[in-house]
Amino acid sequence: MKQDVVIQIQGANSFYGKKQILKDVTLDIPAQTVTALMGPSGCGKSTLIRCFNRMNDLISNFRFEGKILYKGVDLYAKDVDITDLRREIGMVFQKPNPFPKSIYENVAYGVRIQGITDREFIDGVVEESLKKAALWEEVKDRLHESALSLSGGQQQRICIARALAVKPHVILFDEPCSALDPIATAKIEELITELKRNYTIIVVTHNTAQAARVSDFTAFLYLGDLIEFGPTARIFTVPQDKRTEEYLTGKFG
Amino acid sequence: MLTEKMAELKHRLIEYATLVEGMINKSIKGLLEKDENLLEDVIEREEPKANNYDREIDETCTALIAQFEPMAKDLRTVVTILKMNKDLERMADHAVNISESSLFLIARPLVKPLDDVRSMAKTASMMLKDSIDAFVHENVALARDVCNRDDFVDTVGEKILDDMAGFIREKRDGVRRSLHVMRIAHNLERVADISTNICEEVIYIVEGKDIKHHKDEEREAEHGPAI
Ligand SMILES: Nc1ncnc2c1ncn2[C@@H]1O[C@H](COP(=O)(O)OP(=O)(O)OP(=O)(O)O)[C@@H](O)[C@H]1O
Ligand SMILES: [Mg+2]
Repeated sequence: MKQDVVIQIQGANSFYGKKQILKDVTLDIPAQTVTALMGPSGCGKSTLIRCFNRMNDLISNFRFEGKILYKGVDLYAKDVDITDLRREIGMVFQKPNPFPKSIYENVAYGVRIQGITDREFIDGVVEESLKKAALWEEVKDRLHESALSLSGGQQQRICIARALAVKPHVILFDEPCSALDPIATAKIEELITELKRNYTIIVVTHNTAQAARVSDFTAFLYLGDLIEFGPTARIFTVPQDKRTEEYLTGKFG
Repeated sequence: MLTEKMAELKHRLIEYATLVEGMINKSIKGLLEKDENLLEDVIEREEPKANNYDREIDETCTALIAQFEPMAKDLRTVVTILKMNKDLERMADHAVNISESSLFLIARPLVKPLDDVRSMAKTASMMLKDSIDAFVHENVALARDVCNRDDFVDTVGEKILDDMAGFIREKRDGVRRSLHVMRIAHNLERVADISTNICEEVIYIVEGKDIKHHKDEEREAEHGPAI
């Protein structure tokens, strides 16, 4: 079975000032699957995932060389509209970061900034997004309460709903569970495996067990090099590179 | 996540067991109906298929342990599936052995009527089928029932051995044929034994209780002393 590729990373090098982080990373991300980026702290996982929606542009001394193609289009080309790009490729961060607004407004936000005002339409989007984020049942009777009154796990699902509301194709998760307890974590993991039916998902995690559970493909990064990429079942049973083997068996990292 | 993977894995195991059960039935049908095609089918087409299942299930179990760290009953189930996989591979080999001996026998006059072999085969292949059913449905009662049929197969096996010994004593020209009949009986006995082992595993998964090494007391407690 040949898998469609959504994002192609070709010879990616990145720098903070003079310091090189990513070193000639080349990788194809298959569509409608979960790809995990794993590796020890500081290996460049966040740097890499933030290239996919150009979040690194916000850092003044950041420099990128190489190509990242999204559906064949170079993301770093001059005429790319970053707002459009971030609508197509949404992101959920490590710490739940809902706005200090109501649950409803958090989810409606992305639609409102597109200038849409149709009340019924927005209601529909809010409900649909909360359902997809497996949160609707828990919040449907308190949509106008502050999002900050929710638990950490619920706040993270609000952030997921907020990302889903603008109908992205790809969702990036950078350590989405590291601030959550085991039960909230299990819920998010379940949600991720559910979402891959309709979205392409990339998850950064340094929790190897989590990478093993949720992903279909795993990339192992070490000191900015992509050491190995392949089906998760294979990476976790018969890794091809000695460094992957050592990382998984806890010899370093 | 794990639940679905386990269901898939069980499903593959059932397919594999169905293949092996078919191989055993065919190897005996080929003998009784003197049908060379059936026997060659077992050896040439089905045995390689069995090997593929064996490899695939092995890999799936290993990946599942690595990826999902199953615990408690899930872990017992995966470990048992690994063992059953090995068991099925053995039984497929037994079907091949039976087919080989059958090929030898059908080209020659009968040394004795094959009614014993037929009934032994029927019981053994049913035991295999039921052992897998017992596993899939976690049916402990069925598992215990299968264990109890093992004695019948052993008894018929003994009888075939006696018959053949008598035959060899009387007629010196049928030694090779007699040995092949005995080989078939022996292989059927192994199928029954392995099915019994599977059922013991089933009891282990469901009850977490190992009965392998105090089988006799267990059976007596359940069904009265063995005759
Ligand atoms: N804004 C920045 N300026 C300078 N260096 C940075 C900056 N952000 C990250 N780095 C450095 O880049 C390297 C890679 O960082 P990155 O955040 O990508 O790692 P990571 O793999 O996500 O690690 P962690 O698992 O700890 O989140 C690190 O050495 C880090 O110190
Ligand atoms: Mg990071």
